[in-house]
Amino acid sequence: MGERTLEIDRVSKRFGDVVALDAVTFDVRPGELFGFVGSNGAGKTTTMRIVLGVLAADAGEVRFDGAPVTHETRTRIGYLPEERGLYPKMKVLDQLVYLAQLHGVPLNDAHRSAELWIERLGLTERRRDEVQKLSLGNQQRVQLAAALVHGPDVLVLDEPFSGLDPIAVDVMSEVLREKAATGVPVVFSSHQLDLVERLCDRIGIIRSGRIVACGSAAELTSGASVRITVRAPGAPAGWASALPGVRVLAENGDGTVVELAPGTDDQDVLAAALATGPVREFTRHHPSLTELFRSAVTEGAGT
Amino acid sequence: MNGVRRPITPAAAVRLVAQRELGARLRTRGFLIGTAVILAVLAAYLLFQAALVNNAQRTTVGLTGQAAAIAEPLRAGAGQLGLDVETRRVADAAQGSADVESGDLDVLVSGSPANLRVQVKSELDRELEAVLTGISRQEVLSAKLVQAGLNPAEVMRDVDAARIQVTAFEEHDPAQGQRTVIALVMMFLLYMGITAYGSLVAQGIVEEKSSRVVEILLSTVRPWHLLLGKVIGLGLTGLVQLAILGVAGLAMASATGVLTITGVATTTLLWGLVWYVLGFFLYATVFAAAGSLVSRQEDVQTVLTPVSMVLLVGFIAGFTVVQEPEGTTATVLSLLPPLSPILLPSRIATGSAGPLEIVAALVLTLAAIAALTWLGGRVYRAAILRTGSRIRLKDALRA
Ligand SMILES: Nc1ncnc2c1ncn2[C@@H]1O[C@H](COP(=O)(O)OP(=O)(O)OP(=O)(O)O)[C@@H](O)[C@H]1O
Ligand SMILES: [Mg+2]
Repeated sequence: MGERTLEIDRVSKRFGDVVALDAVTFDVRPGELFGFVGSNGAGKTTTMRIVLGVLAADAGEVRFDGAPVTHETRTRIGYLPEERGLYPKMKVLDQLVYLAQLHGVPLNDAHRSAELWIERLGLTERRRDEVQKLSLGNQQRVQLAAALVHGPDVLVLDEPFSGLDPIAVDVMSEVLREKAATGVPVVFSSHQLDLVERLCDRIGIIRSGRIVACGSAAELTSGASVRITVRAPGAPAGWASALPGVRVLAENGDGTVVELAPGTDDQDVLAAALATGPVREFTRHHPSLTELFRSAVTEGAGT
Repeated sequence: MNGVRRPITPAAAVRLVAQRELGARLRTRGFLIGTAVILAVLAAYLLFQAALVNNAQRTTVGLTGQAAAIAEPLRAGAGQLGLDVETRRVADAAQGSADVESGDLDVLVSGSPANLRVQVKSELDRELEAVLTGISRQEVLSAKLVQAGLNPAEVMRDVDAARIQVTAFEEHDPAQGQRTVIALVMMFLLYMGITAYGSLVAQGIVEEKSSRVVEILLSTVRPWHLLLGKVIGLGLTGLVQLAILGVAGLAMASATGVLTITGVATTTLLWGLVWYVLGFFLYATVFAAAGSLVSRQEDVQTVLTPVSMVLLVGFIAGFTVVQEPEGTTATVLSLLPPLSPILLPSRIATGSAGPLEIVAALVLTLAAIAALTWLGGRVYRAAILRTGSRIRLKDALRA
């Protein structure tokens, strides 16, 4: 695969009897923001920990730049673990400098970079404070700075948006976009699907350790059933129920919401509506990622 | 920025971790206060000892009337026996008696040199009595010699020239008492140092585990390097503290006059530092492995108890060893690797460990360090990323 792509190739992992990952496969291309979503316990964190070598996979391989990820490559990854962790009694600045140095950045550059990210993430006032004295959200910012301070070539972030205020969410989104724009593959997990949909170039949905959908938001939603709201004041009740491939979801007053089976032409619905009289509104809804997620996650949940 | 970053070598990783550990510890108030408190206790103890040495055995002898003439021979005679005697002229015999009763004077001597009268509060020191009797007899003898027409000075020179010949099978070391004290102090410092800094290793590891920072660290540093850096950093901190205490203690003890065998003490201190390093490395990975089994600070004590017990046994055995450093028990105990770091330096201080024993203990301890480091590293690697309930040693070893 292409240069500077992070590839997760048929990675499997079991914990005792629990199959946490079952041949998980996806790739994060350079300059791409990849959203990794799935219910609690689906296997997002496990996947990321395997990428970072914190856990060992039972089978499969993680590659970067065409070669299997080694300890040496891992120092080029910026990692935000799900369970945040910094030295509670170490000062913000010292901590960032130390972590940068551990990733191989020389002291002077480590200092410069730490100061840069501290300013960028609005921590200038707190740079000499012990981490344990910071609020949760600010600790989170320090944690993000820790993932970025060594100028990583890959970003792997586990729920970077949890616990952030709206301003911080904006800063974080901006930072991620910016990093991606420099050609860095960025993968992050999140339960905030609207944010994922807005931000990500591609999205992977994982369910019980298997990738069930992967692609851009448009690709993922294109195959899904379409909903239309029609407002035709003159239409009699039940006007749409007889149309082929159409299911009425709601009908009240002069508004009707229908769902079209895949392949049904919405123009047929419009024609039928016009036949009843004037049509004041005809709105096509794209299913949101949330809806898609719901169906992807519940679909075949019993099997 | 991407350009300046280069892969970090194992040595650089270990050095960075050790540096952080050293910096984080040396700067804490705990280290400074701890060192200061131990130094203060040491100083107080030494001053107390010095006061005892200076005063307890000093005898003040008041001389009144003709007896004033014996001041010179009294001090000389007492000096030969190692008695510390101070003489004082007392003009008024009655006042002198009162001083003896009140304790201001230990002894009041009156009368002529040939016929001395001695007043004491309750009892006259045997040796002092012998000295005074000697002076008195000398006086009488001199008078008789003059009567017989001989020159007392010449006769006495001949008498003094007579010597007995002594053959000792063992060399007597007048400083044995000091050696014992040095041995005890060294043993105490080693026990404290190894226990305290070993526990700090375990606590540091649990701190990294409970704060979850270990996940970030291990995504760039190998477990092995992290462990080694931590052990080296804390070991150096302990070494610095021990060196400060040792050098300051030595200086104070010499200055107060409590210590007269500075050479022996310095050698002991140097050996002590060597054995501290060995002992620390012997125990550090064991402490580290124990610490890595738990995830909460509250649980640290339970896993450390077995390790601390071994050290404590060594410390307690040390009191017997110091009292009888030549015995078989002492020799055997001090050669057992887990106890050598605490016991052998004491035996070196008392001068009872021969070069062969020292070499044997060094070799055995180094072998034990290699084995325990391997084992401890294994447990640490298996357990460090597993949070939650306490991990059983068996599981960690099997992983
Ligand atoms: N150390 C472990 N030991 C045993 N089972 C584990 C361990 N870590 C994860 N699992 C199991 O693996 C599965 C995947 O967990 P994972 O943490 O990857 O989920 P996740 O997608 O990150 O969920 P969340 O959204 O809640 O963070 C779960 O069933 C979990 O119980
Ligand atoms: Mg997770």
